[in-house]
Amino acid sequence: MLSTKYTVREKLSKKEIDRKWWEVGDYFRRNSLWLLMYCTGCCAIELPPSMTSAYDMERLGMGPMATPRQADILLVSGYLSLKTLRRLIYTYEQMSEPRYVIALGSCPINGGIYHDSHAVINQLEQYIPVDTYVAGCMPNPESVLNGFVDLMEGIKNKKANGWKKYHKNNDWYKENQLHALGEVVIHDEFHQ
Amino acid sequence: MILNILIGIGIAFFGFVLQTSIGGINRKIVGRLQKRHAPRWYQEFIDIFMLLSKRSVSHGWIFDFGVIMALGGIIATAMFMPLTASFLAFENYDNFFIFIYLLAVGMLGMAMSASGSGNPWASIGVMRALTTMLAYEVPFLIVVMTIINLTGNSSLTEIMLYQQAAGNNIFLIALPLGGIVAFIALLGMLGKKPFETYIAPAEIASGPMVEYGGKQLGMLFILHEISVFIEVSLFVHLFLGGARNIFEFLIKYFIVYTLANLISNVNGRFKIDQVVKFFYKWPLLMAVTQAVIAIYFGWVI
Repeated sequence: MLSTKYTVREKLSKKEIDRKWWEVGDYFRRNSLWLLMYCTGCCAIELPPSMTSAYDMERLGMGPMATPRQADILLVSGYLSLKTLRRLIYTYEQMSEPRYVIALGSCPINGGIYHDSHAVINQLEQYIPVDTYVAGCMPNPESVLNGFVDLMEGIKNKKANGWKKYHKNNDWYKENQLHALGEVVIHDEFHQ
Repeated sequence: MILNILIGIGIAFFGFVLQTSIGGINRKIVGRLQKRHAPRWYQEFIDIFMLLSKRSVSHGWIFDFGVIMALGGIIATAMFMPLTASFLAFENYDNFFIFIYLLAVGMLGMAMSASGSGNPWASIGVMRALTTMLAYEVPFLIVVMTIINLTGNSSLTEIMLYQQAAGNNIFLIALPLGGIVAFIALLGMLGKKPFETYIAPAEIASGPMVEYGGKQLGMLFILHEISVFIEVSLFVHLFLGGARNIFEFLIKYFIVYTLANLISNVNGRFKIDQVVKFFYKWPLLMAVTQAVIAIYFGWVI
């Protein structure tokens, strides 16, 4: 039986207060996810129907954004050649945290139909952390939206923490990137 | 004095909440227009709090300071805005030119901050924003000067009372050409579609906002909502006869903003030279004609 006596409430520690604030922030972050579409492959063709009136991703609070700084999600649609992987890493590192990555199609999972190409990477997971995969070649708009909902669930259950992994295992990711690309930073007239 | 300042801050906060809600409702309306289900009406609030809850990078102190200066300037402008003919924070300080003057602080702060990021798209966006401003302000000011000439006063409250007096029409009807010009100029001020040239997400990657993310972008969104509140309220007070009570104000505000948004959503985007040419051709001609008709011939309906 509960005591009717006044008991001093235990003060929350700084960690617990931070956790509570973070959960409040998570509510806003998962209900307003802005996409940066990195349309490299054929899966990009599935995005217009999932954006427009047929499936309407805006009802989930999602929408396309113009630059990496403004975006929350990096949407990798399709295969990544070595040349585009370098730009993808640039883009990913420019995004403001917390940032999430969704990979569409089978190419970022295991190489897909380009698995034996010399110019295409097979697993995106080795270079940047991926939070949600949407399998299929190509995934239809229902699966794409399902992937978004999965990511929202992941943010709610604190499972979408790829950006923390990137900080923690940065050496490993950098090593893989260097192994594939030789050099991540480009030295030419456009990248001073 | 302290009470006045508190009321002023309250008006700025009210403007933010009002415009953010109406912006959300408008997203719903536009969604239905495009046969979509559209987001919740409070989606804009979620967007802003999401941005404020993110981490962000800085590009030097000019970049950070400019955003704060712009937000402060806009809040200071909104503090002077009368809501109805009798409710305003600072009596006798609701002159039209105060708004035109103080709005520039916000815009210049944003321009300074955007240039501080060092991104070429930002510089192009700022250049385009200032060019658009130069284009729409000439016809708009000619129409407002006509109104000031007719009423003999440049205070918003006095202009409101003049229109509400018996026997006088609201200026949208009394000066039909001028009203149309002012509405077109309002589209330019709000950055709505035919004149959206300085945002242009697909063309110059959202212009001045290109390097903003996280908290700075959240502050810019708040700034944008309050400046839309100021511009639409100016139109309501100058051309729709202001408001006798707050409900009238809300209805007029909602109609004006929704109409601007609907026009925006069925239009394409002008190029920057087309914007300038457009404003210096028909609206300017109409504004001058209206001024001549109203002042020299005295034909006011």
